[in-house]
Amino acid sequence: MKKVILAAILLAAIIGFAGCGNNDDDVTPHANIDGGDTATQGNEGGSDAAAVTLHAFNWGWFHDPAIEQIFYEETGIRVLFEFYPTNQEMYNRIVMQGAEFDILFPSDYMIERLILENRLAPINWDNVPNRAHLHHYFDHLDFDPQGRYAAPYKWGLFGILYNRTMVSDMQESWNMLFHEDYAAPHAGNIYMYASARDSLGSALRWLGYSHNTTDLRELHAARDLLIHQGPWVRAYLGDEIRDSMIAGGAAMAQIFSGCAFFAMSENADLNFVVPREGTQLFIDAMVIPATTRHQAEAEMFINFMLRPDIALMNAEWVMYSTTNATALEMLPQEWRDMQVFWPTGENYERGYSFRDLGAFRNEFYTAYNLVLMMVGG
Amino acid sequence: MIKRAFAYPYIIWMVIFIVVPLILVGYYAITVTDFYGYTTFSMANFRRFFTEQVMGNRVFVSVATRSLRLALQSTLLCFAIGYPVAYIMTRKEYSEKSVLIFLLLAPMWMNFLVRTYAWLTILERNGLINNVLMRLMNRDTPVIDILYTDAAVLLGMVYNFLPFMILPIYTSLKKMDPRLIEAAQDLGAGGFNTFLRVVFPLSIPGVVSGITMVFMPGAATFVISNLLGGRQFFLLGNVVESSFIQQGDWHFGSAVAVLMMLMMVASMVVLSFFDKGENQGRSAMI
Repeated sequence: MKKVILAAILLAAIIGFAGCGNNDDDVTPHANIDGGDTATQGNEGGSDAAAVTLHAFNWGWFHDPAIEQIFYEETGIRVLFEFYPTNQEMYNRIVMQGAEFDILFPSDYMIERLILENRLAPINWDNVPNRAHLHHYFDHLDFDPQGRYAAPYKWGLFGILYNRTMVSDMQESWNMLFHEDYAAPHAGNIYMYASARDSLGSALRWLGYSHNTTDLRELHAARDLLIHQGPWVRAYLGDEIRDSMIAGGAAMAQIFSGCAFFAMSENADLNFVVPREGTQLFIDAMVIPATTRHQAEAEMFINFMLRPDIALMNAEWVMYSTTNATALEMLPQEWRDMQVFWPTGENYERGYSFRDLGAFRNEFYTAYNLVLMMVGG
Repeated sequence: MIKRAFAYPYIIWMVIFIVVPLILVGYYAITVTDFYGYTTFSMANFRRFFTEQVMGNRVFVSVATRSLRLALQSTLLCFAIGYPVAYIMTRKEYSEKSVLIFLLLAPMWMNFLVRTYAWLTILERNGLINNVLMRLMNRDTPVIDILYTDAAVLLGMVYNFLPFMILPIYTSLKKMDPRLIEAAQDLGAGGFNTFLRVVFPLSIPGVVSGITMVFMPGAATFVISNLLGGRQFFLLGNVVESSFIQQGDWHFGSAVAVLMMLMMVASMVVLSFFDKGENQGRSAMI
């Protein structure tokens, strides 16, 4: 009897496992080539908004927590946030592990990929009148050329944060991190950003290549450069870079402008430069996954986030550049004058966005992991 | 019959959460999925682990070597620190004993991640230790600069795994019949001889389970090496983590997990041989 029960359980489990195997096929771009638009399936509810809870998946420290309460008081809809540290981890969580969310905040190149794979629902802009407040920088988005899926939320540049008391010969160049003459004197005092596209992208830029390269030789040159640079690097860190730089933990660090701005406001010795070889300009936007069952409520939330007073709260709390032109006008003049908050002129022109690289993207992760395996010695 | 029925919940639990996942991991390890989504059986994952080279180095083999070295070092340190502690604890009065055990276990009530994170503030260049030392020694540069080195990773491992070494040794020492020690002393053995020839051999089972509970977690950790090693000390655990979480390559991650399980089984076989040998010695002795 016992054996029969066990066999039955095992069989059931294996059948379940076969089901998983089928779902896995969706991971490849080709599997749902004729999927078409999976949009607008979530509109059937609507009437019973009070019972709805939205699940949002955001970067850490990327919205003012106080807005959750305001949204709840205005609409009766609760928003539960979960957080991710990199675009890849967000992607794997929703695709490989099948987590269901109603709103995501991915970066440009990740949105491009999600659109390509039919994983997003088009936003009904009639429900998002506050879109009109967006700055003209975001009138056309390369990653969403028809403007159907993405509501830009934050933007900024990737650059170098340095401590003036430790670095006297600062240049607006990736030389500071990769050229022996400038980086070696600061050995053990350099932080690199722990993300495949960002760390390899800056190395590619310094080598004179595009950070959207799909040439394996160029990528491997960047990889070898990072391995060569390894002895000068103190650590590969994520957002911990910000706090450690405030505490004087290193002389120079790769960082995103919003985190740099926060660090500079806490420690007056810190300053931020945008390398002249070019760097990443990112736009993080709100999108709705095609799997949502609360499309209308998600659109309400996006409209709420684009409202100038809420955008202002988020800008002041997060300190990343806002996409909201009306909120920008409401910010203090000294914020608008700071290049780290609102880059203009040549600093703005040094920014190039990342593009989705198709199947080649895995080469970046492989190269990056090899760097991490080799730099520890 | 009734007794057996009580075991069903656990058997069901075991099948769902141990047997089936093991089968899944094994299946993923020996298959590959190509770009078009077709899955085929292949040993390519294992081949890649043993042969992939970058700049003349076999990267995964060197990661495995580093993992085993750090795991071995942390096991030795845990043993060197943990055995005396366990031994002293058995000698204490009952009340002192419970205080010591409490002190040992209290940190484990806190989340592992939080405990490891706390070491960042302790070890930083201007962290707790350096602040105190710099003031005492009247210096303005960090005295101990080990954060983001393999020394910090090792420290994190020893700190986190030490209780798993102490407790089994303590249990086996406590179970020991004190009359055996008295008999050894009656027969003229000094303190050192008693320890070496009676107490230590009898505590071998505890030492063996301590080693099993420290060694493999050491090789498999990825949180400690990420946080305290600045991601620069990739261990086998990091390979598995990044394959699953970052690259979404479950096949390669599973293959590495299978290799780690094989290593674990191998080390347990070796250790159980030790254990048995000592048991025979003990029965002969008694």
